[in-house]
Amino acid sequence: MTRLANGGVIDRQRPLHFTFNGKRYQGYEGDTLASALMANDVLIVGRSFKYHRPRGILTCGPEEPNALVQLVSDGDQPNLRATEVPLREGLEARSVNCWPSAKFDLRAINSFLAPLFPAGFYYKTFMAGRWDFYSRFIRQAAGLGRSPKERDPGRYERVNHHTDVLVVGAGPTGVQAAKVLAESGRDVMVIDMQASPGGHLLFHSCQIDSQPGVEWVSQAAVELRDRKNVTWLQNTTATGYYDHNMVIAVEHEPAESWLRERLWHIRAKKVVIATGAVERPLIFPGNDRPGVMLADAVARYIQRFAAVPGKSVVIYTNNSTAYAHLETFKAAGIEIQGVLDLRESLSETELGLASKSKVPVVVNSRITGVQGRSAVKGVTYQDESGIKTLSCDLVCHSGGWNPLIHLYSHAGGRSRFDQESAAFVPGERAQGAYSIGGANGTFSLGQGLKEASEIANLLFGEKSDDSASSALAVPVTEGEVSYRIDEIWPEKGLKGKAFVDFQNDVTTADISLAVRENFRSIEHVKRYTTAGMAVDQGKIGNPNVIGLVSRELDQEQTSVGTTTFRPPFAPVSFGVIGGNERGLLIIPARTTPMTDWNIANGAAMDEAGANFRRPFFFPRAGESMEDAVAREATAVRTSCGIYDGTPLGTFELHGPDTAELLNRLYTNRFDNLPVGRGRFGLMLREDGRLFDDGVTFRVDETRYLMSCGTGAAGAVYAHIDRLLQTEWIDLKVYLVNVSAAWATMCVCGPMARKVLDKLESDIALDPSFRFLDFRDGTLEGIPVRLARVSYTGELSFEVNVARRSALKLWTILIDAGKEFGITPVGSETSGVLRIEKGFISPGHEGDNITNPFDAGMGWIVDMTKPDFIGKRSLLRDMRLGGERQHVVGLLPDDERAAVADGSALLPAQQELSRSGFQGHVTAACFSPTLKRTIALGLLKDGQSRHGEKVIISGLENSCPATVSAPVFYDPKGERMRG
Amino acid sequence: MLEIPCPWCGPRNESEFVCAGEADRKRPSDPEAETEEAWADYLFNSTNPKGVVREWWWHVSGCTRWFQIDRDTVTHEITPVEESSK
Ligand SMILES: [Zn+2]
Repeated sequence: MTRLANGGVIDRQRPLHFTFNGKRYQGYEGDTLASALMANDVLIVGRSFKYHRPRGILTCGPEEPNALVQLVSDGDQPNLRATEVPLREGLEARSVNCWPSAKFDLRAINSFLAPLFPAGFYYKTFMAGRWDFYSRFIRQAAGLGRSPKERDPGRYERVNHHTDVLVVGAGPTGVQAAKVLAESGRDVMVIDMQASPGGHLLFHSCQIDSQPGVEWVSQAAVELRDRKNVTWLQNTTATGYYDHNMVIAVEHEPAESWLRERLWHIRAKKVVIATGAVERPLIFPGNDRPGVMLADAVARYIQRFAAVPGKSVVIYTNNSTAYAHLETFKAAGIEIQGVLDLRESLSETELGLASKSKVPVVVNSRITGVQGRSAVKGVTYQDESGIKTLSCDLVCHSGGWNPLIHLYSHAGGRSRFDQESAAFVPGERAQGAYSIGGANGTFSLGQGLKEASEIANLLFGEKSDDSASSALAVPVTEGEVSYRIDEIWPEKGLKGKAFVDFQNDVTTADISLAVRENFRSIEHVKRYTTAGMAVDQGKIGNPNVIGLVSRELDQEQTSVGTTTFRPPFAPVSFGVIGGNERGLLIIPARTTPMTDWNIANGAAMDEAGANFRRPFFFPRAGESMEDAVAREATAVRTSCGIYDGTPLGTFELHGPDTAELLNRLYTNRFDNLPVGRGRFGLMLREDGRLFDDGVTFRVDETRYLMSCGTGAAGAVYAHIDRLLQTEWIDLKVYLVNVSAAWATMCVCGPMARKVLDKLESDIALDPSFRFLDFRDGTLEGIPVRLARVSYTGELSFEVNVARRSALKLWTILIDAGKEFGITPVGSETSGVLRIEKGFISPGHEGDNITNPFDAGMGWIVDMTKPDFIGKRSLLRDMRLGGERQHVVGLLPDDERAAVADGSALLPAQQELSRSGFQGHVTAACFSPTLKRTIALGLLKDGQSRHGEKVIISGLENSCPATVSAPVFYDPKGERMRG
Repeated sequence: MLEIPCPWCGPRNESEFVCAGEADRKRPSDPEAETEEAWADYLFNSTNPKGVVREWWWHVSGCTRWFQIDRDTVTHEITPVEESSK
């Protein structure tokens, strides 16, 4: 156990037990999985992606590239960063990308084959031949983590929030900005990634206004949180900055214990980005070995978790940061073997800190190798006098700081390279994004606080001298080591593997190779080498990649440019994206009043468009689908069926210009429709193609009731509403969607009238009640609108009733129909009845080319009307003429042939060639009435080819068929009018 | 997620709306007088500029109003369009 007896924010009274890769360990409340592993001397936490090299913890935050784990105890969550997983009792985690174990990984053989895996290996190797052959092997070896097989037990929710200002990051600068803004009366939201406010002051000692920095921050936070105009969230990561200042953030483990994560959609007028910076690695051979860590991370583990990753350290740096840690390291009992500094000279402060801690410093030195494979044994380095070695079990390195410009970049802001701080810092601004402090490349705390106050005052255009906020003085800081960096790159042709992207195993050699192969754009080098494309998205390594490329190209970093950061800043779980919308709630299914009855009576349910589920057919015990459909269809043709038609769209149109509107919407006329009558109408799109059809009734002079297909209802509503509001704003018509107000049931078949006659009613069902008439009245005391509409080709009554009365009436009809064998009918059966009758379904026979003439519906197109939607395009079709595909009937020679929808239609002579495609089957079924297979199809010039033979060619088989008229049953329509 | 200013409801999230394309594509008052080219142009072509475009938006999950905005396709800056009195 390497845990200090004192210090840190862990609670030593509350030990927690956990398992990592099957072994049991102990940590404390307040630990992360990473700090607990470190305190237990677990060095190897995972394997790298390509070479399967052993890897240890490198960082202390969300930028961690190595310590990816699969959390097995709390659901099954892949690819979590151990640095971000709070320890809890019974936690169980495993390394990802290791097989069979992290310590002994068989695929580490890739490491010895490394010369075979250069940049672009996959592109180069798998070009020839069949990808599916290779992919089996690659997929087995690829991928970090394992997708969970079980349902995610976690619960999530999403919330929206609006605020004047969002401050991202509750470090000293974020808190200072929040103070000023809150004082000015603005609504302020502060979100912070860590468990408590403080930012980097949680790990570094600095004084603000003569008190320890972290205390200054927490005190300010406590005061701010009490204010009514402040919303404050800890454990919340801003993952993306989107259009119009929308920031999306994930709150981890909110106070409400039933939630795992909550997704915040935050719309702000301005966004203050105070996300700080992350340390970047130095590039040297062996910089990925377990025991080689970032210097600042080690200081963090010591300060916050009292966890010490080694006993003897060599520090390697090109900047001043590491010198501030010397005392921390010493106090933790780490023996400092020396500081190897790439720079030629040190500042007074740095020298002072080194001599105070009695640490030898070697300037102008560079590490040439790290000894030890799975644990560090020492380093070799080169200085002016030659190659030397130092023994150690820990190497801490620091290559400078990367401002976290991710959110700024998501917002559309540019970045620019700042020579002095050797960092990409925010450049040209986009939207309302303002970076301050470390996130702005301002690495001095004092400067950062000043910047925070200034920006906060400027945000809403207030002058700093007239707002209340100006009373807030800029806090005074002490004890800072001023930041100095001299970026010194490794020599070209470096020997040994020096990594620039740890997770994707990209080395200096890969970058050189990419440039040698003439990849010039940084975006191309990134994609070719995959540098910066792993789960960590290049947070620590990106500037190194850009630096190396600029060196290879002999260009300034500024001119090489930078890659664009895209959301998310940190991986986001699918669970939290889904929120509550999972399982049945993804798309809530719409029901009808009869849904429960249908299910209770054995309906096989199926999707039916517009999110409805409805009966497909009603199988009885031992019946196949074919049996059930045949029985139901026969009932409709010979006795009586009942069908739940509620999902159809129903619109009420009301107003003096309704008739004119309908005349323009439909191909036929509705102004001359008598009140009390209905008429079948065909609606086209403006390009003249079939759109929808349905029956519209004229309720009174200015009021019509329109019905349309279930699946098309939304589109038809949008179509009419658009025309009324944008094109024909002079037409006085109200359009109301009443689909959800009505329930519809169709009683159909030769016995339909007899069934209804049994009910007490004030509606006369005598022959004066004609086909397409409707009548209002009551059935068994229930108000109904009865209409003679037929979708089956049989005598049929459509009963429209208020939803609340629907089920009652439905059961009355079922009871009344018993003696006539009334049979509930599903949508598959009604499909069969439709095909038998050759009723065109725009969703089937309309294929975005079909016009009404092709569909044999010229009878319903009134070209004498001055205008209707689609007329102009039909005129063009008529003028062009030429060969078109027409709707035809198809009678296969084999009367029991199984014909699949979509089968090709070929000329009879070309069975084998598969060329000469002339159309396709749009719908096919076995007709129980005709006792044979029938089909509808679109066939080139079909209307003049009745009687000809064609070949129906499906994937499985093909068969000859005779072309016929597309009506197989009762072509004169006498039955439905009867 | 854009924030769309509905003239009736005020600023609301884009997800409540449908963008219905460019507003200067007006249906010809006499389609039959249009040449084939002009008609095809009306049916199928948008100008799709890099810059400001006037668009129809439909507040389908709100008040169901259709209205116009000017949207910069580069910056996504949105300017409401004054509605002419009907
Ligand atoms: Zn609205």
